[in-house]
Amino acid sequence: MVAVDDLTLELAAGEFFALLGPSGCGKTTTLRMVGGFEQPSSGKIFLGGEDITFTPPYRRDVNTVFQSYALFPHLSVFDNVAFGLRRKGKDKDEIRRLVEEHLEILGLGGFGPRAATQLSGGQQQRVALARALVNQPRVLLLDEPMGALDAKIRKTMQVELKRIQREVGITFLYVTHDQDEAMALGDRIAVMHGGKYEDLGAPQRVYDEPATQFVAEFLGACNLLAVTSDRGELRLPDGASIGARPASMADKLDQIAQVGVRPEKMLVRRDGAAPAPSGPATNTVSATVTTTIYLGATSEYELVTSWGAPLHILAQNISEADRLVPGNKVTVTWERDHGFALPASPHAAPAPMGTANDESDA
Amino acid sequence: MSTDLIEPARPAYRQPSWLRRHSPPYWLSLVGGGWMLLFFLIPLASGLIVSLETGNPVSGYTLTWNWHIYSQLFVHSDIPYMTFFIRSLYYGIATTILSILIAYPMAYFIAFRVSVRWKSPLILLVLLSFFVSFVIRTDMWSFVLAQQGFVITTLHKLHLVSSNFHILGTSNAVIGGDIYNNLPFMVLPIYVALERIDRRILEAARDLYSNGRQVFVRVVLPLSRAGIFAGVLLVFITTVGDPVNSSLLGGVGTYTIGQAIQDSYLTNQQFNVAAALSTVLMVILGIIMFAYATIFGTENLENLV
Repeated sequence: MVAVDDLTLELAAGEFFALLGPSGCGKTTTLRMVGGFEQPSSGKIFLGGEDITFTPPYRRDVNTVFQSYALFPHLSVFDNVAFGLRRKGKDKDEIRRLVEEHLEILGLGGFGPRAATQLSGGQQQRVALARALVNQPRVLLLDEPMGALDAKIRKTMQVELKRIQREVGITFLYVTHDQDEAMALGDRIAVMHGGKYEDLGAPQRVYDEPATQFVAEFLGACNLLAVTSDRGELRLPDGASIGARPASMADKLDQIAQVGVRPEKMLVRRDGAAPAPSGPATNTVSATVTTTIYLGATSEYELVTSWGAPLHILAQNISEADRLVPGNKVTVTWERDHGFALPASPHAAPAPMGTANDESDA
Repeated sequence: MSTDLIEPARPAYRQPSWLRRHSPPYWLSLVGGGWMLLFFLIPLASGLIVSLETGNPVSGYTLTWNWHIYSQLFVHSDIPYMTFFIRSLYYGIATTILSILIAYPMAYFIAFRVSVRWKSPLILLVLLSFFVSFVIRTDMWSFVLAQQGFVITTLHKLHLVSSNFHILGTSNAVIGGDIYNNLPFMVLPIYVALERIDRRILEAARDLYSNGRQVFVRVVLPLSRAGIFAGVLLVFITTVGDPVNSSLLGGVGTYTIGQAIQDSYLTNQQFNVAAALSTVLMVILGIIMFAYATIFGTENLENLV
């Protein structure tokens, strides 16, 4: 079985890089290969130009924060954090100084003598972070570190993790299946699927202009409109010509089969009300409302276009008069640049099996 | 950090009284408590009382509060009970240490190196010898190891040993039998302790610059200490008081306190002597175990169960 297939990632020093994907996509395997717990069957791993593919984990300048924290249950918080430094043979005073300093950074000042297993989940998470960071590794690997935390602590921890990363300036490779977390934390994110990444870039770019249908749908709700390309133009099934981000259409016009638009980017107006915005930079589609869901701050509308395709729209509840009811005939508009063109087959033909390739450069 | 704990809202219904909510466990523990009282504390007390009786097998024994029995056993005694005690403790210590050395690799192998499919069969193999009564098994060993037995005749034929070489009757034979009979009691608790170690903790140790030896010394060994502790309790106590291995595999030079107690009770019917020796043995074991538990910590034992 191939878990990671022909993957090349290059991390910049000091970067917060998020590896995002559904379970089984190979993101954890990738992380474990960088950590040295698994060997790639082919391919290389470089750390600052040095080939570490066959370096055992205990000789890699890389530390890991495990999903389950994996704290040493027989040791105190202080001894847990000091574990790596002691193995490296640092002298006692320096160990004490570094450990105290890192406990302080993580808001664990005074927790040193406590037993690691007596702490709450959030506190154990911090100990796990301190235990890895105190060694000042070149790269810190984080394997779904928030997985076991409840939603509220998660949010606080995210903000703090970002702050800590800025503070220590260490490269973070962060694995998660939570797209909000990846976008909130990552300087760049890579969306993995089936052992490869399908898109890689800044969160906003990946969200606004995903490379594939999988990426588009994994990062959030998405309307996909079937289109045909015809002499340099994209046409909807009703024959209307629509535009999309020019960058997403470059040199692959004849492969484009769909245009994606995020539900919050679409504007919907009841026909006969104030005129909908129009112009060359605006796409327009007529539709009928089928379902409305009132959510307080926003409303969700399910629509069906004149040619029978479903549309999903998220609208802010600003004025009572603008609210729609099922059966309303409406005009849907969106800015041309909010649409992204997607190729016909969302998943490119699989590469020959049996080659696992992982390259990571920090 | 401190927001982790959220006070749960008080339930609206009236809670049943503390006693009603908490008494079932106590009621259930009465069975175990009664068992201990009936079969442990009462014999303990009656053993102490019997030891203070005087008399003889013919005319019977009466309670005379004869505390002198305890000094008579050890000072200017015709029978060297002190030697038997020391010998039994030596057998106990040797058996315990050797059992750890043999059992730890076995338990480690089953816990860490064997696929899940093979764990249960291997554990069953460890326990297999328990399917036959241990007296019978020990007797079989004395048969196998006898001068005319298979082992020694083979060694003779191969000219590997001199003609007066023997195994039975030696301390080594007794210790060997003790180890053989008690090994599962050492393997099982160590195995349980090793099996409970989260494998990700070992990865964390490797991640934090530990090589194989350091992972073992710094993480695996400390985390399996509770298992060793439990194994030591089981093996040491059983071995020190055991009369079977020394009588079946030993000789005149391997007479243990367990045999002395058995013989004075069953053969000589000196009930007071047997009771006094048992009481002394219990006190000695109690002191040793208490000292051991204080040094190595008892909370480890609770972690195991």
